[in-house]
Amino acid sequence: MHFNASRRASLQLLALTALQPARAAAAAAEPATAPVLKVVATFSILADMAREVGGPAVEVSALVGPNADAHVYEPTPADVRRVARADVVVTNGLRFEGWIDRLIVSSGYRGRVVVASAGIVPLQLGGGADPHAWQSLVNGQRYAQNLRDALVAAAPQRSAEIQAQAAGYLARMATLDQDTRNRIAALPESRRRVITSHDAFGYFAAAYGVRFIAPRGWTTGSEPSAETVARIVRQARETQASALLVENISDPRMIERIAREAQVKVGGELYSDALSPPGTAADTYLRMFEHNVRTLLDAMTPAKISDPR
Amino acid sequence: MTLHELLIQPFVEFGFMRRALVACVALGLSCGPIGTLLVLRRMSLVGDAIAHALLPGAALAFVMFGYSLWAMSVGGFVAAVAVAGMAGLVARLTPQREDASFAAFYLIALAGGVMIISMRGSSVDLMRVLFGTVLAVDDASLLLIAGIASVSLLVLAAVYRPLVVECFDPGFLRHLGHAGAWVHGLFLMLLVLNLVGGFQALGTLMAVGLMMLPATAARFWAAEVWSLAAVATLIAVLSGWGGLLLSYHANLPSGPAIVMLAGSFYVLSLLVGSRDSLLARQRSQRSHRKA
Repeated sequence: MHFNASRRASLQLLALTALQPARAAAAAAEPATAPVLKVVATFSILADMAREVGGPAVEVSALVGPNADAHVYEPTPADVRRVARADVVVTNGLRFEGWIDRLIVSSGYRGRVVVASAGIVPLQLGGGADPHAWQSLVNGQRYAQNLRDALVAAAPQRSAEIQAQAAGYLARMATLDQDTRNRIAALPESRRRVITSHDAFGYFAAAYGVRFIAPRGWTTGSEPSAETVARIVRQARETQASALLVENISDPRMIERIAREAQVKVGGELYSDALSPPGTAADTYLRMFEHNVRTLLDAMTPAKISDPR
Repeated sequence: MTLHELLIQPFVEFGFMRRALVACVALGLSCGPIGTLLVLRRMSLVGDAIAHALLPGAALAFVMFGYSLWAMSVGGFVAAVAVAGMAGLVARLTPQREDASFAAFYLIALAGGVMIISMRGSSVDLMRVLFGTVLAVDDASLLLIAGIASVSLLVLAAVYRPLVVECFDPGFLRHLGHAGAWVHGLFLMLLVLNLVGGFQALGTLMAVGLMMLPATAARFWAAEVWSLAAVATLIAVLSGWGGLLLSYHANLPSGPAIVMLAGSFYVLSLLVGSRDSLLARQRSQRSHRKA
């Protein structure tokens, strides 16, 4: 699994180089003195950001690859070696990667550790800081700035290049941020409520004015009781949520039943902690963000709902 | 909590509770008489065997046509009828008894079904898709169950007499020759049909549980075939209603709650039923001793 993740990351890197011959050529054209920084990021979203900011000046790999869960990651010897040989290590911070400190110590890495979320005022989640800060593009810009500064410090010879690359990325983030605000604000506030089992969207909610309501008492994997189903239906009616985005309910008939009963729409999949594999809908940070916004907008836009009974 | 809130209100407030109840009533109406006849014909375990036998057909239909209630129902029906038919054929052509050949064929079918499901990859998802839950009954499932119940009751009424006679005098239908085999076959078809319907909409446990438990419990209350069937239906409907309320108020999974309640009715009947129960037997022994 971890081997796969690292292999996927290197494949991703290959694909990236292949897709961007111009950049690769630019890198080759650099004088031999310009170093290529080896950057190791803890998970796929950070790795993508580092790639965007660093451009040809960096060679990025992720410890936890696309579609993998950073919460249950365990380092492999290959990961330890990669960290040991890295020029820059990028972490999210806010205790998202509880394992990274030990990994750095055991690898003997003494270089720069960038905490991408530095300077962000964290929200609270279940008694601690909510680590999912990248779910707001304002924070995303902060991440990119932190990355830019760290990379420039690590390779001052390539400063101009990195600055230019980062400026373009920041501009794209700002545009998407404004666009997202406009599109969500176009919906009446009463529609901007969804019930979801995800708990990773606190920053998104705060930044863009969408209410995420956790389904009460939903346990995954077991056969639900009539009480559980009734509670969710009642909750959806009371909160007047417009959509149900619940993962881990594998019986489509059950979701359909609840949605019809509560007169809500059934929404698609949201990406929270990892990108999707390269070539799919959410394979970069910005594409992931756009995908989530589109999914939410689809779910919250009013539709004619047929009589539930 | 008032009595109304306890017993009625959940069904008034929630459509899914009403649907579940209607499904239980429909299932109870046809499963009462069919279960009774199964018990009388000493085929109590055949229901369970058939429930497993339809797995490969339903799974194959899912693999070929995707999630389609009708395709999976037809697939399951064909597979189960094939198993029942072959078991009957073996019993007729060789000295092996029908229960033995039934066991052999249903195990073959079960293995085939599990194989098809595993080849499809994620077995859990497919199992959930194949076997519904009573809380998620949709329009199509409801129509299917209601239709099957109606057909079953009509057909049972038409062949009631020969079916009942055969229960008590197995030689009778053999004297009839072809007609006897025909009635037996028709009854097996009805059995399969009911299990297929219950299976798709409500899951295995509920389909077989609501068929057999009320019928075995009824035996301690009634003696005639019609009264046995009536008591069985009553117990099935009560189990459905009470089980749904249990699931609603006590936060229990619905299918098991309904079947558990039917099981409690059985144990209760066994202990204190009016006919041949442990209590009734003790009483009659005492009165014998006195006499």
